[in-house]
Amino acid sequence: MIRLEDLTKRFKTPGADIVAADRVNMEVPTGEICILLGPSGCGKTTALKMINRLIPPTSGKIYIDGRDTSGLDDIELRRNIGYVIQQIGLFPNMTVEENICVVPRLLGWDIRKARQRAAELLDLVGLDPRQFLRRYPKELSGGQQQRVGVIRALAADPPVMLMDEPFGAIDPINREIIQDEFLKMQAELKKTIMFVSHDIDEAVKMGDKIAIFRAGRIEQYDSPDMILAHPANAFVADFVGADRTLKRLRLLTAEAVATADAPVTSRSAKVADALQQMTAAGARRAVVIDGDHRPVGFVTAEEMSGAAGAVRDFAHPLPATVPLRADLRAVVSEMFAHDTMWLACTDDRGRFAGIITQPDVTAALRATYGPEKDALRRQEAP
Amino acid sequence: MTPSPGLTRGLALLLVFLLGIWVAASGLLEQIALYRDDIAYLARQHVVLVASSGGAAILAGVPMGVWLSRPSMERHAETVMQVFNIGTTIPTLAVIALSMMVLGIGFPPAFFGLFVASLLPIVRNTYAGLLAVPAHLKEAATGMGMTRRQVLVRVEIPNALYVVFSGIRTAMAVNVGTTPLAFLIGGGGLGELIFTGIDLMDTGMLLAGAVPTAALAVAVDFLMGQAQLRLIPKGVNPLR
Repeated sequence: MIRLEDLTKRFKTPGADIVAADRVNMEVPTGEICILLGPSGCGKTTALKMINRLIPPTSGKIYIDGRDTSGLDDIELRRNIGYVIQQIGLFPNMTVEENICVVPRLLGWDIRKARQRAAELLDLVGLDPRQFLRRYPKELSGGQQQRVGVIRALAADPPVMLMDEPFGAIDPINREIIQDEFLKMQAELKKTIMFVSHDIDEAVKMGDKIAIFRAGRIEQYDSPDMILAHPANAFVADFVGADRTLKRLRLLTAEAVATADAPVTSRSAKVADALQQMTAAGARRAVVIDGDHRPVGFVTAEEMSGAAGAVRDFAHPLPATVPLRADLRAVVSEMFAHDTMWLACTDDRGRFAGIITQPDVTAALRATYGPEKDALRRQEAP
Repeated sequence: MTPSPGLTRGLALLLVFLLGIWVAASGLLEQIALYRDDIAYLARQHVVLVASSGGAAILAGVPMGVWLSRPSMERHAETVMQVFNIGTTIPTLAVIALSMMVLGIGFPPAFFGLFVASLLPIVRNTYAGLLAVPAHLKEAATGMGMTRRQVLVRVEIPNALYVVFSGIRTAMAVNVGTTPLAFLIGGGGLGELIFTGIDLMDTGMLLAGAVPTAALAVAVDFLMGQAQLRLIPKGVNPLR
């Protein structure tokens, strides 16, 4: 856990004092990622660097896991905080292995233990240790360098990590990949992370919480969904963008919205049986599945009413299916691409797992606008 | 068409061979050989001068450059460097003459003059090399919990080493080239044969001084080049 209390930084300049951070108060619960977000010069990086005292605070307190850090020695404090910067900062004179071993060695680990750790960590980010341990940073691609930069910060297994626009200098395709890798790692490691970004999409994707900064103050500190659904003021609304509702689509997966118990039928079933099932479920359509429970088509109640015969005579092919794990942005994109109001969902093995409709999606987006959540928010607000 | 490296090397060898024949035929070799004992004695003096003054310049210049690059010296460093730069513009012969004025004749003024002449490139390159280490490397090192000393020794110096070495190499070239002048203030060395040879218009004597001086300069530069290639870590060495 990281807690900032009235953290303030004033820079003295000839003329006037500049307040880079103005009584910042926030708490990052253990195991969560908090994104410090804002335009350049808003004080987010200053706030971050005060935590490992690269910038000494003018006043205020910083607690890590409940302990006031002001009593700790600078060097001791920094060795127990992972630090990743945008320029990566791998030392060009050291091999990848030596770079990863820096903090463990500073902490006095046995060289063999440190090396073993380096190999494990490389493995964790999908780089073959035999191939990469002996390489120098200049022999790595940008994406590989940043992976090494991240695992170097993880080397001594610090409970807290500070990341200053860690993926800012990587091309968009690699950035997505590294972000996904990092989230997967974080799901296991559960570090408490402060993460500076100026990219709202990255913040929404990576953050459990987002703190929006302006001129050294926090404008809003909330979950990504709350920030997007209920921006606290015009500045936040403007910063997150006019398409903020669409951005929220990425926060939900199809699984959270889909109706799992939609009626199903098979090709050889009798029309009367299928109709009866649909009436019982109160549905106007049913998905046709094959022997392996895979969706292969659909039938509608209108077309079959009063008819006889088998379902196969009335079945239409499905325009597309979406995996349950897809986020709603991908789902909506599929719906628009095929001009359809609903889609069948499949699980990891391709079996039918429910249907998702456009009204389901809009209902989900409306959810946090509901009255009780609004009331809750008002209570929390200062 | 550019000549192949093999052909160029063959031609060069042939040229050296022909030169050798000419030197032998003209009797210069015997004339040089007359001074064998002098060469041995003076070459030793020469090497001692180069090694002591150059070594002292490295030992003094590198720490001085490091000291000037520290943040606490930020305000004064440029002023000091300006003094050094002005020092560089004074011809080495003048430096040697001036040091004779103060220290008299013999080894001490020669040592001092050569030391001063070689000090400047070393200090300048050490200072510039350390300042050129990217700020983000220092930030990463500090943020990871290195002490100032560890940042200097593990990050700054290794990353500045190539530039520092270039300074040392330049300094040693200046040093070896200037050492023959030490004779003028009684410092000895191979300059004795060169200058005396010029005065007496004795080509043999002149060459007995000049050829070993040239060979020494080439050898020192070769050694410095090898040191630069091998001692600088691979990750920051553009030569490998």
